[in-house]
Amino acid sequence: MTQVSDTEPLGAPLRIAFDYTRSLGPSLSRFATALREHRVLGVRGSDGRVHTPPPEYDPVTAALLTDFVDVGPGGEVVTWSWQPKPLDGQPLTRPFAWALIRLDGADTPMLHAVDAPREAMRTGMRVRVRWSPEPTGGIRDIACFEPEESAGASPTPDPAEVTMITTPIELAYWHTASPEESRFLRGITEGRLLGQRCPVCGKVYIPPRGACPVDGVPTTDEVALPDRGTVTTFCVVNVPYLGQRLTPPYVAAYVLLDGADIAFQHLILECPADEVRMGMRVEAVWRPREEWGPTLENIDHFRPTGEPDAPYDVYAQHL
Amino acid sequence: MVNDVAVIGFAQSPSVPVTDGTTNGVEMLVPVFERALAQAGLPKSDVGFWCSGSSDYLAGRAFSFVAAVDAIGAFPPIHESHIEGDAAWALYEAWLKLRTGEADTALVYGFGKSSAGELRRVLALQTDPYTVAPLWPDAVSLAALQARLGLDAGLWSERDMAEVAARSRADATTNPLAQLSGKVDVEELLGTEYVADPLRVHDCAPVTDGAAAVVLAAGDRARELVGRPAWISGIAHRVESGSLGVRDLTTSVSTTASAEAAGGVDGVEVAELHAPFTHQELLLRQALGLGSSVRINPSGGVLTGNPMFAAGLVRIGEAAGRVFDGSAGRVLAHATSGPLLQHNLVCVLEGAR
Repeated sequence: MTQVSDTEPLGAPLRIAFDYTRSLGPSLSRFATALREHRVLGVRGSDGRVHTPPPEYDPVTAALLTDFVDVGPGGEVVTWSWQPKPLDGQPLTRPFAWALIRLDGADTPMLHAVDAPREAMRTGMRVRVRWSPEPTGGIRDIACFEPEESAGASPTPDPAEVTMITTPIELAYWHTASPEESRFLRGITEGRLLGQRCPVCGKVYIPPRGACPVDGVPTTDEVALPDRGTVTTFCVVNVPYLGQRLTPPYVAAYVLLDGADIAFQHLILECPADEVRMGMRVEAVWRPREEWGPTLENIDHFRPTGEPDAPYDVYAQHL
Repeated sequence: MVNDVAVIGFAQSPSVPVTDGTTNGVEMLVPVFERALAQAGLPKSDVGFWCSGSSDYLAGRAFSFVAAVDAIGAFPPIHESHIEGDAAWALYEAWLKLRTGEADTALVYGFGKSSAGELRRVLALQTDPYTVAPLWPDAVSLAALQARLGLDAGLWSERDMAEVAARSRADATTNPLAQLSGKVDVEELLGTEYVADPLRVHDCAPVTDGAAAVVLAAGDRARELVGRPAWISGIAHRVESGSLGVRDLTTSVSTTASAEAAGGVDGVEVAELHAPFTHQELLLRQALGLGSSVRINPSGGVLTGNPMFAAGLVRIGEAAGRVFDGSAGRVLAHATSGPLLQHNLVCVLEGAR
């Protein structure tokens, strides 16, 4: 977390990454397999035009297309643009041109990168495929295109049927907490649990929210809450998973702090899992103060207080 | 007999390069709802249907739109829907609900915190996931390919493009919510560096955080609520192939078809066009057949403020505003979605009905 000032919302970098794995179907599978063999395929459409990459269905009539033909590896630049500062994931890391390239034997152009100096780029220029030295099965097996006159030797093809592609996606964000959440996070950094009351319905939310979900108005009055409350509902975690901090079985529960109208999730430890119950009274066990930061993890877990259980009516509205 | 449907209220947040609010839009939406409903004279509890447009890719979190519902105050339970896209298409869904009589009022909203991520790169994920997206072609580079096709074909010049930018910013001087405005010199614009040859900074809509809301009402309910509803006389949308190569990128057949299905452009006095790049405004004017007498983007358009997933809805709100204030009798709004104007919506609004 980065703190800009005492009042501005807190923010932190958020990087999300996921691999999309997709099955290719008959047409794209043929296209990808051919790329691995260092061939580019197009498909003949209902009107006789050859499209590459090959669509499974005709873009106009939606008829299933199966008449595959070899195209390229040379072609002509139909239009281009200059990328002076390549972005993460793009085909080249030095400045390059994007182009729509009409491959020899094709009627419709395909998108790819051209590795050429800025001053060499022009509409109508001849280019040819530069194959990737490390084929993965897919459009990236074409490393890029290059001016035909400068075409170098290509690596040896690695033929293998390709039926799946995996596309790694990585995106970077600056994630901002709301002003209300920021006040909560600053409070918990000092060991205080701050909720907010809705000015219309009077309900107390912790963490506070930008708008009361019942009334749609910002919550305004700050309410300091104690670090003890009632288990409203819970589950016993028996399933191990990657990155798990505790050894199953253990209990994740909703804890309704005294004076709050919304429960939050936390761990119930220091008692056997099978003794945790709805209505059980619990209190926070804080981590050592020197480990505190703007996170609910400052509370390591909750433990039973030994008080008599809260009657069901006390928390029945918060399940 | 299906119901006539009118726009009766509109509000938008200021278009800004960055807000310190969350990606769920709540902070931007609460005041926008208040102002749109006040203009419509409609209590929030009377809204029959709520529909929104936004994108999880922009927010970087799954189901980000669910948190936005907090801004409504959804109790007692409401009728609510969401589309992953520009809220102009959420308006289309709400229009259908009102046409069929399932509701007689609706509030449509869109929001986007474009500044949270790297917008031009996030938008690469709109492209074909098999043969295009793995190359990460960013939205500005793709638009530049389209711009050059038109330049090479003599359909527009870099000067024509700069003139669109200059006119948009001049128009935006009367729009207090615009992000960019002011008098700019075309020669000066043409002297600036390319960001993606042949596009310069002024050719590209800015990165904008923002939100907007439009209130709809059907038939007599609209007449009761406001003096001069902006009646939707036609609305239609069409989509083109996901394959960039098979499309004619120098025109927009889906826009032409949508306009025809929405009743045509005859008598249209004002057009709000959703053109995130200067050349796309020129392209859309041609595809729609808008003559020189039609006032284009008096608001300044998205070149002066482009809140993603609200910007198309804003076009409808701005166009309706020209009917509300009596400055026009028949107006056209256009919204787009997807790479290089792949999907287009045209909405024609009229004062008298």
